[in-house]
Amino acid sequence: MNERTPIIDALSHLILLVGAALVCLPIYFVFVTGSLSQAEIMRVPMSWLPGNQFFANMQTVLSNADFGRLLLNSLIIATGITVGKLAVSVIAAFAVTYFRFPFRMTAFWLIFMSLMLPIEVRIVPTYESAANVALPLNILGSWLGIGVLADLDWNLVNTYSGLILPLIASATATFLFRQFFLTIPDELCEAARIDGATPWQFFRLILLPLSRSNMVALAIILFLMGWNQYLWPLLLTTEPAMANAVIGLKKLMPQSDSLPTWHLLMNAALLTMLPPTLVILILQRWFVKGLVDSGK
Amino acid sequence: MKKMRQNKETENFRVSEKRGNALAVAAGGAGFRLRPPLRRLLPMRLLPKSAGDGRAESGLKRAHFQEWRLPFWLLAPQLFILLLFFFIPSIRALIQAFQLTDPFGATTQWVGFQNFERLFRSNVYWSSAQVTLIFTLAQNLLTLSVALLLAFASNHILRGRGAYRTVLLLPYAIAPAIAGIMLAFLFNPRVGPVAHMLQGIGLDWDPNRNSWHALALIVMAASWKHICYNYIFLVAALLSVPQSILESAYLDGAGPIQRFLRISLPMIAPTLFFLIVINFVYGLFETFAIVDATTRGGPAGATSILVYKVYQDGFVTLDLGSSAAQSVVLMALALFLTFAQFRFVERRVNYSV
Repeated sequence: MNERTPIIDALSHLILLVGAALVCLPIYFVFVTGSLSQAEIMRVPMSWLPGNQFFANMQTVLSNADFGRLLLNSLIIATGITVGKLAVSVIAAFAVTYFRFPFRMTAFWLIFMSLMLPIEVRIVPTYESAANVALPLNILGSWLGIGVLADLDWNLVNTYSGLILPLIASATATFLFRQFFLTIPDELCEAARIDGATPWQFFRLILLPLSRSNMVALAIILFLMGWNQYLWPLLLTTEPAMANAVIGLKKLMPQSDSLPTWHLLMNAALLTMLPPTLVILILQRWFVKGLVDSGK
Repeated sequence: MKKMRQNKETENFRVSEKRGNALAVAAGGAGFRLRPPLRRLLPMRLLPKSAGDGRAESGLKRAHFQEWRLPFWLLAPQLFILLLFFFIPSIRALIQAFQLTDPFGATTQWVGFQNFERLFRSNVYWSSAQVTLIFTLAQNLLTLSVALLLAFASNHILRGRGAYRTVLLLPYAIAPAIAGIMLAFLFNPRVGPVAHMLQGIGLDWDPNRNSWHALALIVMAASWKHICYNYIFLVAALLSVPQSILESAYLDGAGPIQRFLRISLPMIAPTLFFLIVINFVYGLFETFAIVDATTRGGPAGATSILVYKVYQDGFVTLDLGSSAAQSVVLMALALFLTFAQFRFVERRVNYSV
């Protein structure tokens, strides 16, 4: 097609430029506000140009609001979710695609069901489960009259495992790996078997290296999801030092009766959004693949 | 490297010829079906040459192992975590919906459908449902239309696609709560630059008092965060529209806009439906953070969407029976949307070439 459409070309660029501006402007204002002093943000109208207090504000945020710790928590939670979910999912997908065993379809449907109910619709009982993981044993114990079982108590509130494990309990990644394994040529498995490979060797030496690109793509999505968690850390952390960075931001939100410290909030917001933004910028190609593949 | 690429291309070609067949297998027969965008992308992946062979059991590789101990241990971690943090909580949510517990958890009694009756008679709940409906519809409309506009534009231009895409994708990295906080600041009636502009043109902007302004704020924040997701899928779908059809339309004298509206849009209809469903899921369940960080359900419950109300009743006002009943209503909604995603959206809307 050798078409000349100068008006629509210009219009398209205009649309995209406006779109890009709508994305960038809020982020720019976060940066500007994060670099102003308390006196400067109280002035009306506020400056549209960055000030020189950026690093001073950062210092305050890191020391007073303990943001270093919160960022570390975010990193631990995000990494935990990513690694945990990938590990659990890839072996589960291997089991349901490469083995014939009794109740294979049952296991598959049990995993499939977890796609249907997001954690948001069952927050109270999920919280109760995390507040005492031994709860089912308690109920069993009180039915059977076994005192030891009924008194068990295993509390995950304010722990990293409590923040990570319930978020691993969903099957999106398992399905992605399953889809991928189904597209791998059967000849590979046959050849491996003829060469005398055990299932585990086949998995470790052939399947895992083949899934590497899918794993990277999925890892990016999971890392972003883990870093940006909000509802679950909000419920499960009562100690401020165990919260993640996003929850820390909420606590910095100006309240109506105190001095509005928007500059600190915005500085902290910039610190919080920096790691995931870098991940997206550097690993963009993988990220787009992962996003479209997982449909999530 | 080049040869490999060629190889891959011919393979893609072959696969797309017998797409239906290969897909039926890849999708594991009757059990689990692919979502439309996945289906669209499949030709880009490496599909096996023997993909047409029938399989005895759905979703099982033809070359497989006969063993039960190893798969048991491989499945155990996932099933154990699901049991603890998915099945037990979900079942308990169902049970609690029919129970009444006092806030201190001392006594529990069975009350049948009383929680639901109380819930459906509550005006607060219906107004929350109404707010949710307006919010999700507005968010869906805004997100999808802006994303379509952007996707059309970036599909049309030749230069600079990559750069635009890089920028437009940024919101995906940013937490919903941060998106909410950013817009809450920009639209803050005292310090926000955008709010000052609105006040400058004579609008009495104040999301802290005016409920429509508050609702507009969370709609904007939710869309700002989600447009990039829609955009990526739409761009991928537009790329898969066959060039031959577009060219023949061009020869018939159709301009770019006409080609987009009459050809591309109907052909990417499955992706559009998929995105509408996903946007509903997003609006219903994933916007808690935006509401909590931006308006906290206020003013006077004007932005208290259903997920926010479940949280409020379950953790703040400790009305556990009502919260559990609301959970069950939301579960039904989630199940319906998943069903819609897997079945209804599956029905082909385009005319496969």
